[in-house]
Amino acid sequence: MARLTVNGKSYTADVDPDTPLLWVLRDSLGLTGTKYGCGVAQCGACTVHIDGEAMRSCSIPVNMAEGKKVTTIEGLAVKGVLTKVQKAWLDNEVPQCGYCQSGMIMAVTALLKEKPQPTDADIDATLTNICRCGTYQQVREAIHAAAKA
Amino acid sequence: MNEMLRFDRRAFLVGAAAASGGFSLGFSTTGAAAADATPEVNAWVVVKPNDTVVIRIARSEMGQGSLTGLAQMVAEELECDWSKVTWEYPTPGQNTARKRIWGNYNSTGSQSIRQSQDYVRKGGAAAREMLIQAAANTWKVPAAECSAANSIITHQKSGRKTSFGKVAAAAAKLEPPKDVVLKDPKDWKLIGKGVKRLDTYDKLIGKQIYSIDLRLPGMLIATIKDCPVNGGKLTSFDADKVKGMRGVKAVLRVSDSSVAVVADTFWNAKTALDALPMVWDMGENAKVSSASIADMLKEGLSAEQTYIGNRQGDAAGAIAGAAKKVEAVYSFPYQHHVTMEPMNATARYTPEKCEVWCPTQNGEGALAAVAEASGLPVSQCDVYKVHLGGGFGRRGRTDYVTQAVRIAKQMPGTPVKLIWTREEDMAHCAYHPVTQCKLTAGLDADGKITGLQMRISGQSILASLLPQALQNGMDPIVFQGLTPSSPEGHLGYDIPNLLIDHAMRNTHILAGFWRGVNLNQNALYLESFIDELAKEAGQDPLEFRRKMLKPKHRAVLDAAAAKANYGNAPKGIFQGVAQIMGYGSYVAAVADVSVSDGGQLKIHRIVGATDCGYAVNPAQIERQIAGSFVYGLSASLYGEITIKDGAVEQQNLDSYTLMRIDEMPRVESVIVPSGGFWGGVGEPTIAVAAPAVLNGIARATGKRIRDMPLVKHSLKNT
Repeated sequence: MARLTVNGKSYTADVDPDTPLLWVLRDSLGLTGTKYGCGVAQCGACTVHIDGEAMRSCSIPVNMAEGKKVTTIEGLAVKGVLTKVQKAWLDNEVPQCGYCQSGMIMAVTALLKEKPQPTDADIDATLTNICRCGTYQQVREAIHAAAKA
Repeated sequence: MNEMLRFDRRAFLVGAAAASGGFSLGFSTTGAAAADATPEVNAWVVVKPNDTVVIRIARSEMGQGSLTGLAQMVAEELECDWSKVTWEYPTPGQNTARKRIWGNYNSTGSQSIRQSQDYVRKGGAAAREMLIQAAANTWKVPAAECSAANSIITHQKSGRKTSFGKVAAAAAKLEPPKDVVLKDPKDWKLIGKGVKRLDTYDKLIGKQIYSIDLRLPGMLIATIKDCPVNGGKLTSFDADKVKGMRGVKAVLRVSDSSVAVVADTFWNAKTALDALPMVWDMGENAKVSSASIADMLKEGLSAEQTYIGNRQGDAAGAIAGAAKKVEAVYSFPYQHHVTMEPMNATARYTPEKCEVWCPTQNGEGALAAVAEASGLPVSQCDVYKVHLGGGFGRRGRTDYVTQAVRIAKQMPGTPVKLIWTREEDMAHCAYHPVTQCKLTAGLDADGKITGLQMRISGQSILASLLPQALQNGMDPIVFQGLTPSSPEGHLGYDIPNLLIDHAMRNTHILAGFWRGVNLNQNALYLESFIDELAKEAGQDPLEFRRKMLKPKHRAVLDAAAAKANYGNAPKGIFQGVAQIMGYGSYVAAVADVSVSDGGQLKIHRIVGATDCGYAVNPAQIERQIAGSFVYGLSASLYGEITIKDGAVEQQNLDSYTLMRIDEMPRVESVIVPSGGFWGGVGEPTIAVAAPAVLNGIARATGKRIRDMPLVKHSLKNT
């Protein structure tokens, strides 16, 4: 039995302790905003925050997230008020298919916490999430817009 | 007829509602708008009493933005308030029941907008006429004295006004007009505007339901393994070894080459499938490797029997008599689509009905697959399209739909969601086809091309997926962008003596439609070689092209060159150009590249230009240009699927590299719609990205890369 705190709520899930956090979020807790893309920590579609740090939930066993604060894409906006990253994503119309964007937004949110005014080089060095629609140009513009907001 | 419409409306609601709360939730900001008994004005338009306009979209949205563009076209003629527009997908089953009233559901070949523009605009116009007529009837005035704008109908003489919502119920009872007149393009107010997409918000908060996210009551989750070698068989598997594992509900044979584990969660299904002992018969195809395929294609470069795609004059004679002869051989590998959302489908089978929820680009094809796999008549099947996490041509196929139904049929009444692992996805794609190309040309003393031969050797997509579509054995799609004359995409160069032919060489590896399809390598072969010829002729590659190009091809290249300030690049930056026509659009690119002495390539900027005839939503077109460049560049830099012992070697994204943001060049778009035709947008520009970059690299380094992908080559200054 795994005990988790996700988006400020407590959950229990009847799963093996080595089950990846991603699948506990999706299949046990019904939080499907966090996406499966590769399962090997390459694409970043599954990015969540664990104690504020961006992590790839496909490669984190659930027992390693116990006792920590997990935040998913569903936990960013409070009472429908978008965060500045989400707002920049909306204003710049970043998503195409949108499947990677949950992870992208989580990764960028963590980046801006670390570096509130990131340079292009900071973005290049930090953001390794894959987008197959090719929204990178809009992602970059939106990051700079969010930094200014 | 109206009774019939209402009946259909209910049937749709029953289908959607039967999907339970989870499904409705997924559409809470979109499709649910019509989840009441509001009758449709016509097949395309539902107006609710509160003036919300629900526009029906037959084509699939997978990121390309055509959902918004299609809605813009209906709304343009409808004269509705754009801020009140929402949308829903009518199901393929409804389309069949209503004699294909929504037309073609295919969302492939950059066709969603251009192939449906006429009838969706007419749908909007007809609904507008009916709404106006209903208002006129209420006021007892001639409809000709009334007009509609912004969802308001006005009787000019009296100044009376009413809203669409108030008269929609009455309009729904009227006979539709037999004919409607569409607006002159100069009067468009919404078409041509970069309005915001209709489907952004939910994607930002984790609320957008993709097919892989679907949850139904009592649903189980399956994952599958098919024989690693296409054509091989699954001899046996030992279900007893995993039946006691956590969450496992069933171990099922799906076909003669595949087995699935069904469990309570994906992870439990995957864990058991990984532990399942399987015995394979890999078959004859296990002897095939990338090297053996390359040898077969090489033989095709000089084969005598070919299919001819474009022949003018006497190419061989012209080349033989030329002052200078130039020859080069190029090759292009298998590539994988890698949709971010892996293949998946949810099926529920009972002896009376089979329903499937899936992320398909091909709704009607998916419905046919459901009927075939379930053994039920089409009228007892339906497909509910769910937002796609990328498509790129991969989801035109329905292999994963068939598998889901075969699994669900063995568990009647239980909805089963089949999810492929990424590993399964890498191993069982229909890949971008592998080809080689030998180009030969003659130049006269003035450096003018006297003759050109282009021999393509390699795989046919139609032979792989749609053999019934071959024309006397020939695959015409092989010649995308190279044909003598076609509104879809013809060769832009006037070359007096020409021979372009195809030696078809197929393998057991399935070849499929991959964003841009054959235009990608055709443009790479042709446009790289044209640069080689320009160099041999001692001419600037842009000017060399301009002399031979037909007017529309030249105009779009000029537009790209002007935007790129061609010829005035800063020191150390080299410009490469390319142009092609495909999917009805004329496209060109100029890439600014530099290569360090250590061989480090940097693509600083690519200017992409398109003449797509009419530009419905320029903001989305810009995104398609930039996005297509990412897709094309990722493939050119890294994309290669290799074959060993008959199987695909790359297993996941750690062995199949994809471009990330650090390699993304700045993209500048030039949209030059010349009007009078409707070209596609999602694919054509992808084809000019790679040749423009390769041509820039050749100018920077003197090295001509002819064998893709780039990662195989050193650009070091030696």
